[in-house]
Amino acid sequence: MTLHVENLTVHHGAIQALTQVSFEVKPGELTAVIGSNGAGKSTLLRTLSGLKSATTGTATWKGHNLLHGKAESHVRHGVAHVSEGKSVIPELTVEENLDLGALWRRNKAEANATKREVFDLFPRLEERRKQTTETLSGGERQMLAIGRALMSKPELLLLDEPSLGLAPLLVKQIFEAIVNVTKQYGLSVVLVEQNAMGALNIADSGIVLNLGSVATRGSAQELSSDPAVRAAYLGY
Amino acid sequence: MFQFINTLLIGITSGAIYALMALSIVLVWRSTRVINFAQAGQALTSTFIGFQTLKYVDSFWIALIVAMIGGAIISALIEITLMRVLLKHSTSGAIAGVAPIIATLGLLEVMQAVITLIWGGADSLITPPLSNTGFTIGTNTLVFSPMKLAIIAIVALLLVLLSLIVQKTSIGLSLRAAAFSPELARLAGVRVDAVRTLGWALSGATGAVAGLLLVANGNGSFSTASMEFSLLLISGFIAAVIGGLESLLGAVIGGLALGIITAFVLMYISDSLFFIAPFVILLLVLFIRPQGILGKKGGRRA
Repeated sequence: MTLHVENLTVHHGAIQALTQVSFEVKPGELTAVIGSNGAGKSTLLRTLSGLKSATTGTATWKGHNLLHGKAESHVRHGVAHVSEGKSVIPELTVEENLDLGALWRRNKAEANATKREVFDLFPRLEERRKQTTETLSGGERQMLAIGRALMSKPELLLLDEPSLGLAPLLVKQIFEAIVNVTKQYGLSVVLVEQNAMGALNIADSGIVLNLGSVATRGSAQELSSDPAVRAAYLGY
Repeated sequence: MFQFINTLLIGITSGAIYALMALSIVLVWRSTRVINFAQAGQALTSTFIGFQTLKYVDSFWIALIVAMIGGAIISALIEITLMRVLLKHSTSGAIAGVAPIIATLGLLEVMQAVITLIWGGADSLITPPLSNTGFTIGTNTLVFSPMKLAIIAIVALLLVLLSLIVQKTSIGLSLRAAAFSPELARLAGVRVDAVRTLGWALSGATGAVAGLLLVANGNGSFSTASMEFSLLLISGFIAAVIGGLESLLGAVIGGLALGIITAFVLMYISDSLFFIAPFVILLLVLFIRPQGILGKKGGRRA
C-alpha cells in the first residue's frame, strides 16, 4: 500500500500552515519529514490522521482519501498516529493504554497475539503492565505510545517526534525499535523529527519542510549529503 | 444513644441519595466536562415517568426500571441535540466554558415548564413500595425502615455495577479514555461522540433512580415546585465537588459525608440550618482541600 499525498494545503484560521505539499511513501519504507519548529511537520501528520481538516489537496491511502472522514475511522483503515509529547493516557495503566489501541478490533484473540508481540518487542512494558503510566520514564512512555499504535494493527504509521526529550542512548533505542517494527510489519512510516541526523540515518527517503512548503526532497542519502540541508538542519 | 444512631441512619440514607445524584453529575462531567444543572429537571421528569408507569403497572420496581430507561433516553437526547452542537460551536473565547453550563440552566427551566404542562403543578403521589416505619427494638424505634434499607442496598448495587462497567469492560475503557484524553481516544479508534452519549445515558439512568428514591424516602408526594429536587441537585453537586468531580467512589463518599454531617447538624445544632449546612460543608472542603477528597492536586482540568 502506498500513501500518495498531493498538493496538500492546510490552514490554521487565516494562517497557511502547509502549502501544496506532495510526497509518497511506499510500503516498507520510512520517509523522514524534517524542518525547523513551525515548519508544519506536526500539522502534516495531524491532517493525515484526521485530527485536522485540510483546505485542498488529496491524500490517498488504500483507495480512501484521508482528508475526508474522522480519525476514529482512519484507524480502521490501518492508519496509526503517535502524536507528539503526551501520547499516552497517564490515568490508565500500561496495559490499558495498549488495550485501548485494539478496542476497535473485533477479534480479541488476534488482539491478544499483537499484545504478546508488543511485549516481546518492549519487555519493559510487560514488567510494568499493571502500573499507571505516570510511573514510566520518558523512553518507556514513547515505547508505550508506539506499542499502542501497533495494537491497532497499522499499515501506515505516523510518528511525531518520538525522540523528543530523550537521552541520546534512548533516542538510539527508539530509532532502532522504529526500524524493527517497520521491517517486521512491512509498514509505511512517516517520521517527523527535529533530530534530522538521526531520522535520515534510518529513513529511506525524506522531505524538508520550510514554512509549510517542501523545500527539498530526495533519498535519505542524498539529503544527508546535500550541503544546504547539512548547513540548515544537520549543523555541520 | 438511640438518637445518635437514628441520626446516623437518617444521614446515611439521604447521603446515599445525594451520592446517586453526585454519580450522575460526575458521569456527565467526565464525558463532556460540563456541569449539567438540568439534571434536577431530568430527575424530576424521570420521576414523573415512573409516576405515569405506576398508573398502568402496580410495581414500584418496574416503574423504577422504566424511569431509568426514560431518564437514559432523555439524557442521551440532550447530549446529541444540544451539547454536541454547543460544544462544537463554542470552542474559543470567554463564552466557551460558560455557554454549555448556561444552556443547561435554561434547559432546567424549560423542562420544569414542560412537566407542569403535562402533569400539572399539583402534588403527585408515589406510594413507597416498602414500609417507612422503622424497626422496633424493645421500646425504642429505630428510624431505620425496610424502605431505607432498600435505598442503601440499591445505591450500593448501582455503585458496584457502575464501577464494574467503568473499570473492567471495554466500554468502560472507552469511557475513561474519552474522558481523560478525547484526542488520543480518537486516534485509538474510539468513537468519542458515541461514548459521550453513553456517558450521558448512564448519568440519566442514575439520576432517575435518585429522583424516585428521593420521593420514596419521604412521604411519596412531589410536584414540579418541590424544593426537594432543587436541593437534590445542590446536594449532589456539593457531594460531587467534595469527591473531586472525577471519581465515582469520591462522589459516593462525598454524598455520604454530606448526608451524615447535615443530619447531625440538624439534630444537634438547629434544624433551621437545613439550607445552610451543605454550603458551609462545601466551603470548608474548598478551603481545606480544594481538589476534593479523592481529587489529585493539580489534576486535569478541562
